[in-house]
Amino acid sequence: MDFLRPASWEEALAAKAEHPTAVPIAGGTDVMVEINFDHRRPEYLLDLNRIGELSEWEVGQESVRLGASVPYSSIMEHLRTELPGLALASHTVASPQIRNRGGVGGNLGTASPAGDAHPALLAADCEVEAESVRGTRLIPIDAFYTGVKRNALEPDELIRAVHIKKADGPQQYSKVGTRNAMVIAVCAFGIALHPGTRTVRTGIGSAAPTPVRAKEAEEFLNAALEEGGFWENGKIITPAIAKQFAALASGACNPIDDVRGTAKYRRHAVGIMARRTLGWTWEQYRGAGRTLEGAA
Amino acid sequence: MTTRPEATTRPAAPAVPAGTPTKITQGSPTKGGIGESTLRPDGTLKVTGDFAYSSDMWHEDMLWGQTLRSTVAHAEIVSIDTSEALATPGVHAVLTYDDLPATMKNYGLEIQDTPVLAHGKVRHHGEPVALVAADHPETARRAAAKIKIEYRELPLITDEASATAPDAVLVHESRDDHHIGHVPHPNIVHRQPIIRGDADEAAGRADVIVKGEYTFGMQDQAFLGPESGLAVPSEDGGVELYVATQWLHSDLRQIAPVLGLPEEKVRMTLSGVGGAFGGREDISMQIHACLLALRTGKPVKIVYNRFESFFGHVHRHPAKLYYEHGATKDGKLTHMKCKIVLDGGAYASASPAVVGNASSLSVGPYKIEDVDIEAIALYTNNPPCGAMRGFGAVQACFAYEAQMDKLAAKLDLDPVEFRQLNAMEQGTLLPTGQPCDSPAPVAELLRRVKSRPLPPEQQWLAAGSEGTSIDVRALPGGLSNTTHGEGVVRGVGYAVGLKNVGFSEGFDDYSTARVRMEVINGEPVATVHTAMAEVGQGGVTVHAQIARTELGVSQVTIHPADTRVGSAGSTSASRQTYVTGGAVKNSCEAVREKVLELGRTKFGTYHPAWATAELLLEGGKVVTDGGEVLADMADVLEDEAIDIELEWRHRPTEAFDLRTGQGNGHVQYSFAAHRAVVEVDTELGLVKVIELACAQDVGKALNPLSVLGQIQGGTLQGMGVAVMEEIIVDPETAKVRNPSFTDYLLPTILDTPTIPVDVLELADEHAPYGLRGVGEAPTLSSTPAVLAAIRNATGLELDRTPVRPEHLTRT
Amino acid sequence: MRVNFTVNGRQQEADDVWEGESLLYVLRERMGLPGSKNACEQGECGSCTVRLDGVPVCACLVAAGQVEGREVLTVEGLADYAKHREDAHPGGGCASGACGTTLDAAKRRQSEPTDGRTGEAVELAPIQQAFIDAGAVQCGFCTPGLLVAADELLENTPSPSDQDIREALSGNLCRCTGYEKILDAVRLAAARQGEAVQS
Repeated sequence: MDFLRPASWEEALAAKAEHPTAVPIAGGTDVMVEINFDHRRPEYLLDLNRIGELSEWEVGQESVRLGASVPYSSIMEHLRTELPGLALASHTVASPQIRNRGGVGGNLGTASPAGDAHPALLAADCEVEAESVRGTRLIPIDAFYTGVKRNALEPDELIRAVHIKKADGPQQYSKVGTRNAMVIAVCAFGIALHPGTRTVRTGIGSAAPTPVRAKEAEEFLNAALEEGGFWENGKIITPAIAKQFAALASGACNPIDDVRGTAKYRRHAVGIMARRTLGWTWEQYRGAGRTLEGAA
Repeated sequence: MTTRPEATTRPAAPAVPAGTPTKITQGSPTKGGIGESTLRPDGTLKVTGDFAYSSDMWHEDMLWGQTLRSTVAHAEIVSIDTSEALATPGVHAVLTYDDLPATMKNYGLEIQDTPVLAHGKVRHHGEPVALVAADHPETARRAAAKIKIEYRELPLITDEASATAPDAVLVHESRDDHHIGHVPHPNIVHRQPIIRGDADEAAGRADVIVKGEYTFGMQDQAFLGPESGLAVPSEDGGVELYVATQWLHSDLRQIAPVLGLPEEKVRMTLSGVGGAFGGREDISMQIHACLLALRTGKPVKIVYNRFESFFGHVHRHPAKLYYEHGATKDGKLTHMKCKIVLDGGAYASASPAVVGNASSLSVGPYKIEDVDIEAIALYTNNPPCGAMRGFGAVQACFAYEAQMDKLAAKLDLDPVEFRQLNAMEQGTLLPTGQPCDSPAPVAELLRRVKSRPLPPEQQWLAAGSEGTSIDVRALPGGLSNTTHGEGVVRGVGYAVGLKNVGFSEGFDDYSTARVRMEVINGEPVATVHTAMAEVGQGGVTVHAQIARTELGVSQVTIHPADTRVGSAGSTSASRQTYVTGGAVKNSCEAVREKVLELGRTKFGTYHPAWATAELLLEGGKVVTDGGEVLADMADVLEDEAIDIELEWRHRPTEAFDLRTGQGNGHVQYSFAAHRAVVEVDTELGLVKVIELACAQDVGKALNPLSVLGQIQGGTLQGMGVAVMEEIIVDPETAKVRNPSFTDYLLPTILDTPTIPVDVLELADEHAPYGLRGVGEAPTLSSTPAVLAAIRNATGLELDRTPVRPEHLTRT
Repeated sequence: MRVNFTVNGRQQEADDVWEGESLLYVLRERMGLPGSKNACEQGECGSCTVRLDGVPVCACLVAAGQVEGREVLTVEGLADYAKHREDAHPGGGCASGACGTTLDAAKRRQSEPTDGRTGEAVELAPIQQAFIDAGAVQCGFCTPGLLVAADELLENTPSPSDQDIREALSGNLCRCTGYEKILDAVRLAAARQGEAVQS
């Protein structure tokens, strides 16, 4: 095993071009577990810790450019306004120690369906800035996840940043685990209201081979909200609409039975979370003042 | 900011509520004696990182040992090829069964059925097959991966049906242990029936009968310090072993024969032990490290990682329990019938004793005269199971307490009152015919937990300046933000349990203590040397307290535990404060007599009280019971050291009759009751335990702070197996599916409820200072109390533990 | 490979480090600092918690090579760090030697237990003393990681609520205590810290 320590982003790209099998390591929260438990012996480890810009973010007009290694604890602390869904998701990641090390780049690189950030990223809408010595490209999040623990990156590419749309409305995130902290998702659900475009986007984690959106549920809800004039009148969403939204969100799942939960339960739980998070975001949109402590 | 607090500052910890004072407690005028919450002697080392645990050992020139384990559960080993591994640079040795040096090649706690390295066959997933020693752990791992093993898979035995089928493959093809004569099938390790009265006849008197079938999942001890140790070859051809264990002498008895060494050539020293809970009662890496050290002539260290640890020790027996109870209209229990099937896995470990406990404690703390009980442990190809805190009584308590709630509901009685109506008392005969001859405050413990005010509702709501805020950390789901109160229903449940203390069934359960008194720098100093394994429970604290009380000294040194002193027995069965504490007390008394004898010889003529008064050692002096000082101990002892090693035994017990289960099998009983308050998100099936109140009789709290620590720790382990902890074994392959802390979940501090504790002190006059073993009882009743509370919140039957979200959502 | 970094204020160097080694392994096996514990090696238990450039992390998930040139604080340096907390960079060498935990040293440490109540010779951080006083230590294997995490909590949040304490320590598993005495210990350290500030 070789340990590559690029001092700059350009050096990192060059190293990745030279050794496409090199495994990038930043927070180490996935890679080191695999090494410690002898599940993986990469030929090269590519350390990204020395590249300071990966831990920085810029808040722009439309979006936040979030460095791939910005730790979850920073997202929770500093980006609650701009990225409320991701901030909530960040708070559910493992433990304080892990949140101090792990970042969104690792979740995207590993592309596990259980990665906590995915549903929030899908719901907020974002583009992944992937770069190689050949150049930079922005991969829409909808095209990023290509299979179980597979993504759209080329072997010579590294994730530099994620461009996430700034919240233009309420966002929520829920995750079911069998423990009240430090738990891998049995399933998770993210929702973002986009009043600007009068659309709702969603994301589902751990309930399909990849993170997915509940597109039918979104389309149904978009139409129902439009039809009822809800965006303007701010009325309470009828239980029938919420129920149908939840059912469609359940239907978007394609889960498996595993040690963490059954497929049937996952479908059920995603439906409950869809209904609840819709209720919370909509209440917030309507202006009812409930704040959350400890939730982000 | 950094000022050191005064030594006398006590934490805001709740004081132990006053219980009924014990009659026979000796006062302790010497500071730091029994009854005080003195602090741990190893506390400073443990907070500075200086305490040397078994995985911290280091030796110049040492090698790292690695174990290669089977990847299948049941198979013949067709071939093993170690040549490539041996040829790896940095590798010093590769060992298989063929390299074992002695004719004895097996070990085991009671039955020597466990091969040191697999011989021709593996019987469970993760069984050790080969060993490697190399100069770096990675070298050893890579070499182990190069060992080629060809398996031919055999049919799997995974449950009672497959184990006892007429054509079942035998897990152990040629058994010759002492249980084989009375078991109905060779795949049954041991069977213990208990018949008392006539359960069928008594069932006729019942107005209601309740039957239930219960499942208890496989729990792991999950001690945090992984199996580890260092073996150093010595010049005389023997070996020094530094290891974390629960019982040095039991290890020694199993290690020496397979090394082909006399016991005196295997010198064992206890290293720092990172928790145990039963999981270190069996051998893990001890023999392997010694074999590699003796083969290579170099020190060898073995440290399991968490993945390997799940294969490196036995677990709590998963169980199926079939219960029938009857009661009359006025709420009196008529009879009980039960069958308890424990899955012992591939090797016997402590299964026979667990069977004895499960059967003899299957009735719980209730008066039932007519019983028909059967408990068995199976041999299967599942992971081996053995000792874990609660030891057979835990599984039974889960089932009988569920039965009590069902009966109460059927009779329309309050579940606590129903229990109180049938609660055993001092004098009650247990189903074994053994009378309970010390206090049994079962009804009182229940009363205490029930009378406690309930915790406030909706603690997640906090009124703020901008309206109500919600703290998700106080809700089911916690930080995962799954509910803001939706679907949340509170439930309350009760349970009480009965646990034996000490080793039972005629076992010669003794301990040894060596106590030395001498004068150092003008001060009398006592040294206490035992082989007791301090695993975190605080035995070392209590031993020092006993020595202070008995010998009137303030300075006590606790000698490291090793095999240079006689056996202390196991740190298990809630027995060490009782048995090794008793041994320390006994040796101290002998030392005290010697001191007084010496004093009489030297100073007897100066004061008549030497001959006539009751003399005590207090505050470094010899005093009369009237308080008159006769001499300084320093002057009595001068240059002389008194050094006494004695064995001490509690009252003997007897074996249970193999057909009727009758016999005075137990030494002492321990009782605890819990009330659980839970909040369940009934839509998502997520549980938050809000409070787990415990009341326990401890006889006499030798160290009240340690007592609370034991009760709270045991309570949380019981909660863990109620809502999250389970080793999941694939029934198709008998492989462990979740050997990691990612998927075997332990409660975090955010899952943990408040655990208020009410301590009673009703002396057991048969025990030293009237004390009662503390460690296990709280682990029993905690689980069924939580389950009862969840049933109360959801209205579901819930006949298995742990409950998972899918069990609570009707999906 | 060779790795240079600062541990508890002292420059350290490790040679012949295998590229897959974790910071935890280097501390424990190469620098004679076994205080950080190896309970799970998968970031689930927190017993290896150290501060990396001030931030609590699991040492088992930091590759040794990633620590090059950085500063690490372990439980062995906690007392000294607490003493010098006002300084931007904790000073003073407090590593306990760079030659491994010898058997002799280990034996010595085992055979000379000092009473936690009277350990005058050892200067402790307030959080360390509070853990002893409150009975928060049983087997002690989780203790070093908890101390580092709890000390950092109190550094940033001098008067934490119970829920704050629970959240901050939710990455540190304890199997012995049921956590009640650990909560007591953190409350106690916070209260003493408050008294010290007032007086």
